[in-house]
Amino acid sequence: MTITADPGTGKRTAGGNLPGTAPRRRRSGRLRRIGLPYLFLLPALVLELLVHLVPMLIGIVVSFRELTQFYLRDWTASPWAGLDNYAVSVDFDAPAGEALLASFATTCLFTVASVGLCWLLGTAAAVFMQETFRGRGFLRTLFLVPYALPVYAAVITWAFMFQRDNGIINHVLHDQLGLTDSPPFWLLGDNAFVTLLVVSVWKGWPFAFLIMMAGLQNIPRDIYEAAALDGAGTWQQIRRITLPSLRPVNQVLVLVLFLWTFNDFNTPFVLFGKAAPASADLVSIHIYQSSFQTWNFGTGSAMSVLLLLFLLVVTGLYLLFTSRGKKATDGH
Amino acid sequence: MRKTRAAAVGAVTLSLVLGAAACGGGTPGAGGSDAQPKTLTYWASNQGASLEVDKKVLQPELDKFEKRTGIKVKLEVVPWGDLLNRILTATTSGQGPDVLNIGNTWSASLQAGGALLPWDEKNFDAIGGRDRFVESALGSTGAEGQDPAAVPLYSMAYALYYNKKMFAEAGIEQPPTTWDELVAAGKKLSKDGKWALGAEGSNLSNNIHQVFVLAKQHGADFFTADGKADFTADGVVAAVKQYVDLMAEDKIVAPGNAEYAQNQSLSDFAKDRTAMVLWQTAAATFKSQGMKDDEWGVAPAPVLSGAPGAGTGVNSMVAGINLAVFRNSKNIDGAKKFVKFMTSDEEQVLLNRTYGSIPPVKAAQDDDAFGTFALAPLREALTTSAAALPQVPEESQFETLVGTAVKELFADAAAGREVTTASVRAKLDKAQQQMPRK
Repeated sequence: MTITADPGTGKRTAGGNLPGTAPRRRRSGRLRRIGLPYLFLLPALVLELLVHLVPMLIGIVVSFRELTQFYLRDWTASPWAGLDNYAVSVDFDAPAGEALLASFATTCLFTVASVGLCWLLGTAAAVFMQETFRGRGFLRTLFLVPYALPVYAAVITWAFMFQRDNGIINHVLHDQLGLTDSPPFWLLGDNAFVTLLVVSVWKGWPFAFLIMMAGLQNIPRDIYEAAALDGAGTWQQIRRITLPSLRPVNQVLVLVLFLWTFNDFNTPFVLFGKAAPASADLVSIHIYQSSFQTWNFGTGSAMSVLLLLFLLVVTGLYLLFTSRGKKATDGH
Repeated sequence: MRKTRAAAVGAVTLSLVLGAAACGGGTPGAGGSDAQPKTLTYWASNQGASLEVDKKVLQPELDKFEKRTGIKVKLEVVPWGDLLNRILTATTSGQGPDVLNIGNTWSASLQAGGALLPWDEKNFDAIGGRDRFVESALGSTGAEGQDPAAVPLYSMAYALYYNKKMFAEAGIEQPPTTWDELVAAGKKLSKDGKWALGAEGSNLSNNIHQVFVLAKQHGADFFTADGKADFTADGVVAAVKQYVDLMAEDKIVAPGNAEYAQNQSLSDFAKDRTAMVLWQTAAATFKSQGMKDDEWGVAPAPVLSGAPGAGTGVNSMVAGINLAVFRNSKNIDGAKKFVKFMTSDEEQVLLNRTYGSIPPVKAAQDDDAFGTFALAPLREALTTSAAALPQVPEESQFETLVGTAVKELFADAAAGREVTTASVRAKLDKAQQQMPRK
């Protein structure tokens, strides 16, 4: 932005409305309008820089180096690897690339399922809680409990519950209800995906519920009343009023849930330990293993950068798509 | 206004994406010594029942040290799960404690990082000389041909713990000495919902300890003499298959043990659900689980045939904890004094007796406290039939990758999938290919 000096703005008389003052005021007002929000954003941007950008840049540099345990003490002395780490990461015929691709596919499937279920449950519960009824406050608090609990404590409890021989899940499914011939494994093999999904949705849906509830509060009640008078049923009200009004809230909610779920590290790590079963081997765990278990920090960083690029592209496309949709709605 | 909102949305989005992608890093460790020769920071590994127990055990000793030398030691007990990552972070940042405990199997890996003070002749002399320590324990302090990266502090060895009552009920008079005897006894013991042997199929380190010993018994190692990974050697494949077959084929290990990683097998043992466990210094755990000393016995871990000893008679890895000095310490002299204190005969007897481990210091090992029925077989194993895990810089990767391969094979066995020589070899081959390029 360029600011040109206006010789006419030099003069100033008290209370005067001289020609030239009005444009000046407009300009300074505009300046303030544009500048002030940036000023407010400044502390966040500085922190962003320190907490995320600098480490991220270091991560990018490391991704081009062969950083193993031999160079830990002075990582700048590690040999230059060029694109080798990237080549290893995307060589899908070799074990490292093959495993990364598999964990990427697992993560995509897991994210779609988890975000979808969280959204569905959160929205349904928020709509349901719009009605006033006895015990609503209690229920609302109860719904938010998973969100308030410390992640580690909650997930480790789930891990105990899912144990094959001593866990309560098999006790109910097998011993009490007799639904299975033999008690299944939940923390090993293919079932691990289901386990991860259950815990992830349990942990994630209250956030969707909270955001949706806040969104719903902003829809004026009289629109519903008018619609009801016009003969709109509950389903029509949800479809024609609730969902369109929640569009901006949804836009942010789905994005946030997507990013959180895609990068979720705590849930699989606490549930399965250092080595997750193949069916639940998320990318975040995979990268952690490459970096901190096999001390292949260069390859781990290259995988992180690839993941970052993927997330940026997806997020960019998502924002483009959703804001286009919004513009189209605004236009009407 | 729209522009402002767009900027705000952009900033928030960017921060979310970056925040999400930047996860997984550690936080820098607490600063080391503050350049004052009268203070030391000590990271102790969690040895006792809890971090609090460790503090209670160690603090009086640290006070004793302060009284003698005037050096104050700031203690931090670090849980096992965090210790290695904390050390890695400290190494990278150069900000670490002055003295720290390390798992002895990590010695060569951490030695390669260059963060630990090498124990050359001069440094050893400062703590009374290299000869004071048991040879097997010294074997796990760093790569061969290099000055050790640490000195041994607590030693442990594997032995076979057995439940006397369950043995009597099955009519077995003696604990098995060979694997064939163990399997034969196991078949008698595994019935009515009870099982013969406990395993920790999801504990990567434990998997490594067990298959390493078996590989030795098959005359194989996981690394060649020049330090290259050799995970698919016939002896190694046979060893891994033999271990997993205890569940898959012999069916003397409960399938549920495939998901054990939190010492649940010890709990099963104490509750008379499992008749045997191969473990290192388990006495204190049994006691804490309500099992009386006369209810269990302990014998040398089995071998293929003959008697335990060197070579194919190896029946335990050298387990234990080493004490290292951070090279960046501003108080190296004080740190060495502290190491001398902790490895003195008196402290060695006291600390090892408390933790139920064996002193790696010869003079302390002779103390009566380590000749009890519970500890004598462990001391014997350490002296005659224990071998150190491969002392190569890639030890940590080996533990993770091969430990994971064994975990996956146990998962196959538990799910009733066949475990064949080919499937074992395939998993080990995959592990080998993921080892870092040299």
